[in-house]
This record gives sequence, C-alpha cells and structure tokens, in this order.
Amino acid sequence: MRSGHRNSLSLMPVLFIAPALLFFVVYVILPIFQSFFISFHEWDGLGEMTWIGFDHYVNLLDDDRFYTSLKNNLLWLVFYTLSVPAGLFIALYLNQTVTGIRLYKSLFFFPFVISQIVVGLIFSWFYNPTFGVVGHVFEFFGAAPPSILGDERYVTYGIIVAGLWPQIAYCMILYLTGLNNVATEQIEAGRLDGAKGWRLLWHVVLPQLWPATFLAIVVTVIGALRSFDMIAIMTQGGPYGSSNVLSYYMYETALSEYGYEMGYGSAIAVVLFMIMMVFIIAFLWKMYQDEKDWR
Amino acid sequence: MKKILASLVTAASLTVSSAYAGELIIIYNDLNPTPKAAFEKVVSDFEAANPDINVKLSINDREAHKPAIRNFLSAGPPDITAWYPGNRMGPFVDAGLIEDISDLWASDPNLSSSFEAIKPTMTRDGKQWGVPYSYYQWGIYYRKDIFDKMGIAEPKTWSEFLAACEKLKSGGVTPITIGSKYLWTAAGVFDYLNLRTNGYDVHNDLTAGKIAYTDDRIRATFAKWEELVRPGYFVENHTSMSWQEAVAPFASGDAAMYVMGNFAVSVMKEAGLSQDQIDYFPFPEITPGMPRAEEAPADALFIPSGAKNKDDARKFLAFVARPDVLSEWNGTIGQLPPHSEAEVSEDKFIQQGMATVSTAAGLAQFYDRDAPAEMAKAGMEGFQEFMVKPDRLDAILKRLDKVQKKVYK
Repeated sequence: MRSGHRNSLSLMPVLFIAPALLFFVVYVILPIFQSFFISFHEWDGLGEMTWIGFDHYVNLLDDDRFYTSLKNNLLWLVFYTLSVPAGLFIALYLNQTVTGIRLYKSLFFFPFVISQIVVGLIFSWFYNPTFGVVGHVFEFFGAAPPSILGDERYVTYGIIVAGLWPQIAYCMILYLTGLNNVATEQIEAGRLDGAKGWRLLWHVVLPQLWPATFLAIVVTVIGALRSFDMIAIMTQGGPYGSSNVLSYYMYETALSEYGYEMGYGSAIAVVLFMIMMVFIIAFLWKMYQDEKDWR
Repeated sequence: MKKILASLVTAASLTVSSAYAGELIIIYNDLNPTPKAAFEKVVSDFEAANPDINVKLSINDREAHKPAIRNFLSAGPPDITAWYPGNRMGPFVDAGLIEDISDLWASDPNLSSSFEAIKPTMTRDGKQWGVPYSYYQWGIYYRKDIFDKMGIAEPKTWSEFLAACEKLKSGGVTPITIGSKYLWTAAGVFDYLNLRTNGYDVHNDLTAGKIAYTDDRIRATFAKWEELVRPGYFVENHTSMSWQEAVAPFASGDAAMYVMGNFAVSVMKEAGLSQDQIDYFPFPEITPGMPRAEEAPADALFIPSGAKNKDDARKFLAFVARPDVLSEWNGTIGQLPPHSEAEVSEDKFIQQGMATVSTAAGLAQFYDRDAPAEMAKAGMEGFQEFMVKPDRLDAILKRLDKVQKKVYK
C-alpha cells in the first residue's frame, strides 16, 4: 500500500499537467520551431516551399520598413511603461474609504473591461481632425487641428496614448489588490518615526508592493512588444508604414491582404521572438533570484 | 498572434457548416447597402427559379473579406465566393484552391458567346476560373453645381485641368478629394496619370516588372502628379480618411472633384447629393495624341476547388451570366454588365461610362490587380508617401526598385 501511495504521488502531478503540457507543446513550442523553419524558405503560404537559407534575414537588414517598425517598438516600450507609475498613483488615490468608492474604482477599471478594438475605434474618432473632439478643441483656440493618425510625426504617440488608457486601468487594479495587503502596522510604525509623504511611499509602501510592481512591469513590457490590435484598428500601420511595429509588420507581410510572404513574415517573427526572449529571460532570472532570497 | 488567429477562426467558422445536398453556401463581399440588397435580390430570384436549392448566404465586409478568403478557401470553403480576377486570383489559382470552370465557359450559351471582351481577365494558364458579374468605369466625378457657379467647363486637357484646379482653389474650394487610408485610392490617381502620360503598354510593363520605378517615363508621371500635390490641390488629412469618409468634403462642397470608380456615385447620393449635382468626365489628356486607356476593374464569382456542391454552384454561375439577371443587378448597383447583350441602364453615369469604356484603346484592371501583391503594397505606400512628402520622391522610387528586384526574380 505504501509504495502504491508513493507511485500515485509521483504519477498524479504528471497526469494533471499532461493536458496543459500537450497543448502548450502543440500550440506554442512547435510553432516556434516551425517559424524558424519557415523563415529559411521562400513560401507564399499556399504553394511549395523553397529553401533560401538566410536570405530573408539579409533582406531585413536592408528594409526601411523593418527599421521603422523596430524604432516604433522601442517607442512603445518606453512610453507604454508609463502606465505602471500612472496606475500606481491612481491606485493610491482610490485607496481610501469614502462613500461610493467602489463605483469610482469600477469606473476607473472600465477601460480595461471594454475590448481593445472598441478603445481603438473610440480614439480614432476622438482624433479625427474634422469631426473629432481633438479637432473641435483646436478650432476653439483658433488653431488648425493636427491629423494625429495621418501624420507620421504623431501617429505612433497617438496610438500609444490610446493603448495606455486600458493599460493604466490594468496596472491600477494590480496595485489596488497589492495595497490591500500592505501591513498597516508598518505604516503606523513609519509614521511614528516621522516618515510621511514621498518618504513613506518610497521606503515603506513601495517595497511591500514589489510583487504587484513586478507583475505590472512584466505585463506592460510584453504588452508593448506585442502591441497589435490598436495598430490594426487605428491605422493598419499607416500612413505609409510609419506606425508599424514588428508584430503588425509580420502580419502584414505574411497574412494580410497583400501579404503572401510567409517566409519573410516568419523571419520578422523570429527577430521579435529574440527581442522578447531577452526580456523574458531577464524576468525569469529576477524571479529566480527573488525566490532564492526568500528561502 | 493569438488574437489574429482567433479572428481568422471566427471568420472561417461562419462557413464551416456541413452542407447537405441542395444547400448552396455563398460568401459575398459587399456590405454597402445598395450592393448588398442587389445581391440578395439575385439570390432570391435564383431560389425562386430553383426551388430545390436552398442558398445559405453570408456577406463579409469588403476589406475583411480580403484577408479572410485565404483562410476559408483552404479551411472551410463555401460553394461560391466573390473575389477579383487578374493577378489577384493568381495565388489561389496557382495553389489549386479555385475550381477550373472552363467547361462552363465552353458549354454555357451566354459565357461562350457574349463575354469575349472580359474573357482574358478571367483566364490564367489558358483556363477560365470565374464568372464576372460587373465592371465599372473610373474617371473624375465632380460637383456640377460648383463648376457651373464658378464658370468652369469639363477639362479635356492637362492645362485645362490645372486651370480648373487653380480656379477652384482660389475660390476657396479644394479641387480634389481623396481618402488614402487604405492606399488603393492613390493607386487610381497614379494609374491615370501614368496611362495618360505614358500609355497602356507602359502601365502593363511597369506592373509586369519590366520597367524600373526610377525610369524616366515613370518620373515623368510623378512630375505631373507633383503639379497637383505642390499647390495643395488634394484635400488635407487624406491619410486618415477611408474613401467613404472622403466623400464628406465632396458632399459639403468643400471639395469639387474625386478620381474614383462608379461605385462611388451611390455613396455620394447617400451623402445627400442629387443626380444633377454630380457629373462625370474621363480623366483629361496629358500627352497629346496618346491613345486613351481606361481603368475598368471587374468583380467576379468563383467556385473554390474544395466546394461540396459544385453542381449547384455551376448552376448559380450560369444563372448569374444570364443577360436579364446581369441587366437588373448592374442597373441597381450602377455598374456595367460584362455581357455584351445585356441592357445598359439609362442612368447618365452608366451611359457615360459605357461610352468611355467601349471606346478605350485598352482596359487596365487596376494597379493592385495588375501588379503582384507585394509590389502593389509597397507601391501604394510609396504613392501615399509621395502625396504627403513629395520631396522624398527619389528615396521612394529607389525603395520601389529594391522591392521590384525582390518580387520579380
């Protein structure tokens, strides 16, 4: 009996993990290798594949659109992470007990609940220079309204702002749950020692919020790198490719109306994957270090 | 990535329902009110004529249909789908996803005799792959009331055209509206400038990859375009407007001309313009004596090779090829029937279009149907960029040459 117990103990976890593992392997791990494989081929997605080695990667190095997308991904990375501090401050502000606070909290969380597509649509109307709010504001002050989504100088920032709206709400909810677990004794102790305002926040509250901060950063960085929906709905990468990011450029070359280049698209996907791996490894390493400390 | 797949899967799942005998699944691609109603009428007439066949119709948005078709053709093909002839059907034909219907073209009394003019566009590798149901002229649609008020006559030549633009501009009206968000509208302008500057053969050689974009002849085309871009003859903010949104300044009288296909007329009327306020003239002559070629793209219906009910699908295509059906259908949507004996509607735009197209020296499909997809995409982005930043012409043309080398090897 005893040995039977031991067997089932070692068998059960494997059994429970198996379905998830199977799907993970089939739908995540295998496609990664498949993408690598396809990126060495010339393939239109329908007909036959021909091996061309590293040609696609060589072409990428000489592709203006690729560099535009890379630069925009960098902009996304930098400005999208603003949602972490913004979410923190809204959470701190909402973390009080007044009548109706639950309503306010849910209103602040609202943008995360509605679909990204809807957010994108709302913002593209909002930005419309002819009938949008932005246009009216500029006209009120007697200025000519800018065409935010039609001008290569502003378009990426315009989309990032639209993306920030739900992302801030998400970071806020992460921090709100984190704030529930902040030990009040420590705050009172800090107060007794004369800490208040920024110092209290920086030295007493923030360290306790580290798990929430870490999660918010991870989610935001990954979100910035795979930003796609907003661009697809607001500009399709336009005008003339100036708001493209790698994930959308990949879709455009491989799968969209004019995209029949699975090989080239896969090469872009591989590059994006490599960039993401840098961050993912960094995050995993950080998590590993943290857990080691706790032991 | 997951989200794209999800949307593709939902698009496909609409079509993947098991068909039983007598059920005909059709995917059409126009949700604009008039074309949608017109096609629904065709389907119900077909059902009335064939009571044993039950048609299941689903209609996609025109832009959404373009990426979706690749997926449903291989994953869950309907019995009939709408698509475009020329180079746009090329990848699917080459991959064996579209049914060869040369047999129908040979046996059907209508297709075998009255579609000669359009047959070459439907032909690839010597076989026919679909049935065209409509084509339409392109040209310049203009606000007749504004032209009359400002004393402008329909321009016939490039200098008259520039003079008209100048007059409109100084009168506070933007001469030309365009919405280039989805790029292809800019290709319409490019095609016409190129056809009028260099003629039909250069258009075909360019889209076939035989002429470089930095060629002097193509530069001459862009030089003409520059004469419209530099003085600000196109509406501002066109990069953020779809072609439908660009009808708004036309309807409000802020802009007076629109280089467009005839399908735009119904949208202009829905925007509140009357038949008398709108008129049409063919794109003016640029190089004197150059034979006049026109854009006249066709729309067609195809049978996917994976269709389950090919017999009834052929019946439907034969029904569609009937002159009476084509007359009524094209009368409603305001386009030209490809059947040579079909009646052409009395509508003035159709009459003018027929006159323009039937006397043309050559008919081009459209830049993005004559050029392969990847070239078309890069080219149209280049056109849009040129319209905003004409100073970058050299860089744009060099980039297009680079893409061209890669695409046509």
